[in-house]
Amino acid sequence: MSRIGVYVCHCGENIAGAVDVEEVRKYAETLPGVVVARDYLFMCSDPGQELIKQDIRDGLVDRVVVAACTPRTHEPIFRKAVENGGLNKYFFEMANIRDQDSWPHWHDREGATAKAKKLVASAVAKVALLEPLEDRYVDVTRSSLVIGGGVAGMFAALDLANMGYKVYLVEKNPSIGGNMAKLDKTFPTNDCSACILTPIMVQVGTHPNIELLTYSEVESVEGSIGNFKVKVRKKQTYVDWDRCTGCGDCVEACPARVPNEFNEGMDKRKAIYIEFPQAVPKRAVLDIEHCINCAKRAIGTEPRIHSKTGEPILAPCEKACKTGACDRSKPYNPDGEIMELSVGTIIVATGYKVMDKTPFKEYSPQSPNVITAMQLERILSATGPTEGELRRPSDGEKPRTIVFISCVGSRDKNHHTYCSKVCCMYMLKEARLIKEKYPNINIYIFFIDVRTAGKDFEEYYNYCRGLGIKMIRGRVGAVDELAGDRLRVRAYDVDLGVPVELEADLVVLATAIEPAPGLEELGRKLGITCGSEGFMKELHTKLYPVETPVKGIYIAGCAQGPKDIPESVSQARAASSAAAVPLAMGRVLVEPLISEVDQEKCSGCGICVPLCPYLAISMVEYREKPLSRINEALCAGCGVCAAACPSGAITLHGYTSAQIHAQIEALTAGIGGGANV
Amino acid sequence: MAGKLTLAYFLSGGCGGCDMAIVDLSETLVDVLPRLEVVFWAPTVADVKYKELEAMPDKSIDVGLYSGMVRLGEQEHIAKVMRAKCKVLVAWGACAALGGIPGMGNMHTREEIFKTAYFDTYSTDNPDGITPQTRCVVDGKYELTLPEFYEYVRPLHHVVDVDYFVGGCPPHHSFVAEAISAVLEGKLPPPGSWITGGKAVCDICRRNPALRGEEREPITAVKRTIEGVPAEGKCLLQEGYLCLGPVTQGDCKALCPKVNIPCRGCGGPIPGVKDFGLRAIGAIAASLANEELVDQIPSPVKLFYRYSLPASMLGRKVK
Repeated sequence: MSRIGVYVCHCGENIAGAVDVEEVRKYAETLPGVVVARDYLFMCSDPGQELIKQDIRDGLVDRVVVAACTPRTHEPIFRKAVENGGLNKYFFEMANIRDQDSWPHWHDREGATAKAKKLVASAVAKVALLEPLEDRYVDVTRSSLVIGGGVAGMFAALDLANMGYKVYLVEKNPSIGGNMAKLDKTFPTNDCSACILTPIMVQVGTHPNIELLTYSEVESVEGSIGNFKVKVRKKQTYVDWDRCTGCGDCVEACPARVPNEFNEGMDKRKAIYIEFPQAVPKRAVLDIEHCINCAKRAIGTEPRIHSKTGEPILAPCEKACKTGACDRSKPYNPDGEIMELSVGTIIVATGYKVMDKTPFKEYSPQSPNVITAMQLERILSATGPTEGELRRPSDGEKPRTIVFISCVGSRDKNHHTYCSKVCCMYMLKEARLIKEKYPNINIYIFFIDVRTAGKDFEEYYNYCRGLGIKMIRGRVGAVDELAGDRLRVRAYDVDLGVPVELEADLVVLATAIEPAPGLEELGRKLGITCGSEGFMKELHTKLYPVETPVKGIYIAGCAQGPKDIPESVSQARAASSAAAVPLAMGRVLVEPLISEVDQEKCSGCGICVPLCPYLAISMVEYREKPLSRINEALCAGCGVCAAACPSGAITLHGYTSAQIHAQIEALTAGIGGGANV
Repeated sequence: MAGKLTLAYFLSGGCGGCDMAIVDLSETLVDVLPRLEVVFWAPTVADVKYKELEAMPDKSIDVGLYSGMVRLGEQEHIAKVMRAKCKVLVAWGACAALGGIPGMGNMHTREEIFKTAYFDTYSTDNPDGITPQTRCVVDGKYELTLPEFYEYVRPLHHVVDVDYFVGGCPPHHSFVAEAISAVLEGKLPPPGSWITGGKAVCDICRRNPALRGEEREPITAVKRTIEGVPAEGKCLLQEGYLCLGPVTQGDCKALCPKVNIPCRGCGGPIPGVKDFGLRAIGAIAASLANEELVDQIPSPVKLFYRYSLPASMLGRKVK
C-alpha cells in the first residue's frame, strides 16, 4: 500500500479566499492510502517544498499530491522537490484547485470547497497507481527551419546560420525581403529601407549555411522538438533557376500585363516577372495564370515549325532568353516539387499584410486618389510606379493637399479592436518625407490618439509638428469624390468641438496590420492556435514571448502581433537564440509520458499506425507476425493510439486506463446512484 | 485427474446454439465422453430435474457450463444452484458472458417489451390485456406459477461469481474442444479470466492489411453488408463494412470475414478491455476519414454493443 502525502496550498488568498483549506486538508486525511495531509501558505516557496522533502526523507510518504495551482507552471518545481527528497519524480500528481476551482467559483465557498475535495480525491486515486518513470533524451537534428523571409525571418536565419547551424528559409514569394522591401524610408531615423535591407538580403542569399527556398510554402509538419519532418512545396516557376541569371530580357519581351503586387496594384508587371529590382534570388518567375501562351506555346508542348524557314516558332520570352532558362517545351509539373526537410527547431516569421481599402465604403475607396499608406510608400519609393515622384494616381498631378486618416480598421470594433501600433509613426514619417521635400504641400493628419511610444519617437513627432504638419484630433466621417479628381474630407474636430471640412487631392488611409494570409492554416499544420485577432499565440506574454505551446517552434515578428522593424528584429534574434538552445544541446529531454505497445497483447490489426500524428508507429516483425511498435524518440505522448487500440495493448505511461478510471471513479463517487464507471 | 470429471450444463436464456456447439464436436466428443460424466444437462440433453440438482451436495460437480443470459427468476435460481454445486463455473458463450443478443432488450424497459409482445403485434389477441404474472389460479383451485420476468437482462457474473468466461455465439466447435480439454487437463488461467487465445480476429484474419504487407488506410465510406461486394482479400473494415474484428477475440479463427461477413463481435472483448462497445467506438471512430461518416452509422448501440450491452458501462435503459 502506498503512503500518500497530500499538501494543500493556500496560494495566499488565491485559493484560501474561496476554499476552506482546513476542511480540504482534513478530508484528504480520510482518503485511502493518505498518511499525512498538510497545508501551507505557499507550497511553491522553499519552506513549502521543504515540507514535502522532509516527509519523504523521514520515510513518511512515498507518493505526493500537491493541491495548488496549475501544473503548467508548477509541476516541474514540485517534481524536482519530490526528486530531491529521494523519490522518483513521477510519483507526483497535482490537483489544480486554483485555476479550476477557487478562481472560477470565487463566490461559492461551499461549492468550491466540495469541488476541491473531489479534485484532491481524484489526484489521490491516481497517485496510488502511478509507476516510476525515467526521463529520456532524444538526439536533435542540428538544423532549423525559418518560415517567412521578411526582416524578422532573415535575421532569425542569419543568427542561426552564423552560429553554425544549417537553416532552411522558406519564403512564399519569389524573393526574400518581405514588406520592408516595399518601404521607402524607415522611422525614426529615416534611413532608406532598401539601403539597409539589401545587404542583409545578400548576406542571407549567399550564406553557406542558409538554404533559400523561395516561391515555396510549408505543406505539412510532423514530428516534435529535435526532429521535425517538414514537407515544403516549391511552387512551379516554369523557369529553370539553375540557368536563369535574372537579366530580365524575358520580362522585357513579355506582352502580358498583370497588376503588380509589389507596387500594391498601382502599375502592371509582366506575366513573366522578377519581383523587384533588388530581388534575392534575382530570378524570373512565370505567372502561369496570366500567361497568354504566345505563339500557342503552352507549357510542355513542342513548338510548331515555321512553314517557310523550317525554324521552330518560339514565344517571345523564350526567344529573349540567352541562357535557355526559359524553355516552354519542358513538361513542368504545375504542382511544383515537394521537398522533405529534417529540422530540429522551427521559427515562424510570416509577417503581416495591410488591410485593403475596399471595406471602408465611407472613404470612397473607388477613387484612385484614396490610397493606403503602403501604396503611398510605393509612390514615394524610387522603385515604385512613379519612380519616387509624388504624383496622385488619377492623373499624375502633384497633390497640393494631402489628408491622412489614422486607425482605419484598427481600434474599430467593426474591424479590429487592436491598435496596429506602427500607423502613427509611419503616417508621421510619410508626412515628414513629403513636407521636407515639398514644404508647400498642405498635410493634415486626422487622429484619435497619437501613439508615439518608443525610443526617439516622441521627438520625431514633435519635429513633424514643427514642420507645419497639421494634426487634428477627430474621426473622419466621410470622404466624398468631387469634380476635378478632388476629394472632400468631412470630420469632427474634437478639440475645437466643431465639424471640419477639407478639400484634398490625395487621401491616405492608415489601414490596419493583419496577420499574413494563411497564418491560421499554417498554425493548424504546426499545432499552434491563433488568437481571435488571428495572430499566433505565444506561450506566455511576458515570460515566454517567442515560444509557442509546441515545443521547438518559436515565433518572431508580426506573426505574433503588429510591431515595428526594431521590435521585429529584436524578437527575431530572441527567437533564434531560443531555437538554437536545443540545437546547441544536441539532445532534448523528453518526458517519459509516452505510449508503449505490449506486443504480447497486440493483435496486429494496425489501426494505430495511420492515427499517429508523429508517424511514430510502424508494424515490425515480432515472432513471425507484423505487430505494432512505437518509436519512443518520435512519440509525443498524445495518447491517440492508446485510446483507439482495440486490444487495449497500448499503454500511455502516466495516463494508464487504470489511473484514469480511478480518477473518474473518485470524481463521480456518489453521483447518479448506480455503479460508478 | 483421477476418475471421471463430472459436468453440469444449463441452457438459460440462450437459444440452444451453445448446446449445439458442444454436440458439433461429433467424433471429438466420442473421445472426450469416456472421461466425462454428465450429471445434469437441462433442458436439452439429459432428463435430470432441478430438484435432483438441488439435492446434490455443494461443490460436488467439477465443472458447470452455464449458457444464456439471466432474464427470468428461474434462470437466476439455477445460476445460484449451479454456483453452489459446481467447483468451477463457466459462463459459456456470448449470452452468459456478456448478455448476448437478448441483451439488446436492455434498450427497452420491461413495460415496453410487454407492450410490444402482448399488445402491439398483429398476431396478438389479448382482449383482457393480460401480461405474464408470477402466479395465477385456474378454475379456482389450481395455482400455477411462472418465473418472474425481470426488468432487464444480466450476464451471469452479475448474478453469481464466475470462474471463467468463454465467448462466441456460439463458441466455435474447434475452440470448444480446446476449452473443454483445457478444463479436463486443468490448464486454466487465473479464475475470473476468459478462456481465449487472447488475440483479436485481425491476428488471424487473412484480410488484415498488415499480414498482406499493406498499410492500413482510413475508412472513407460506411457500408452495410447488403451494399456492394467486398473486394477480394481486402480488409472489410477498410472497405467500409464496420467489422469489429480488431476488438473481438479471434478464437473463431476469423470465420465470418472469411465469408465476406464483417465480424459482429460475438467473441467478446480482448482480455483487459473493460467495455467492448466503448473500445469498438474508440477504434472505429478513430479510423474514419472524416467526422461526417459517424452520422452514417445506423444504430450505433446495437452495432457496437450487439452482444455486450448488459455487461457494459451503459448496462440498460434507465428511463
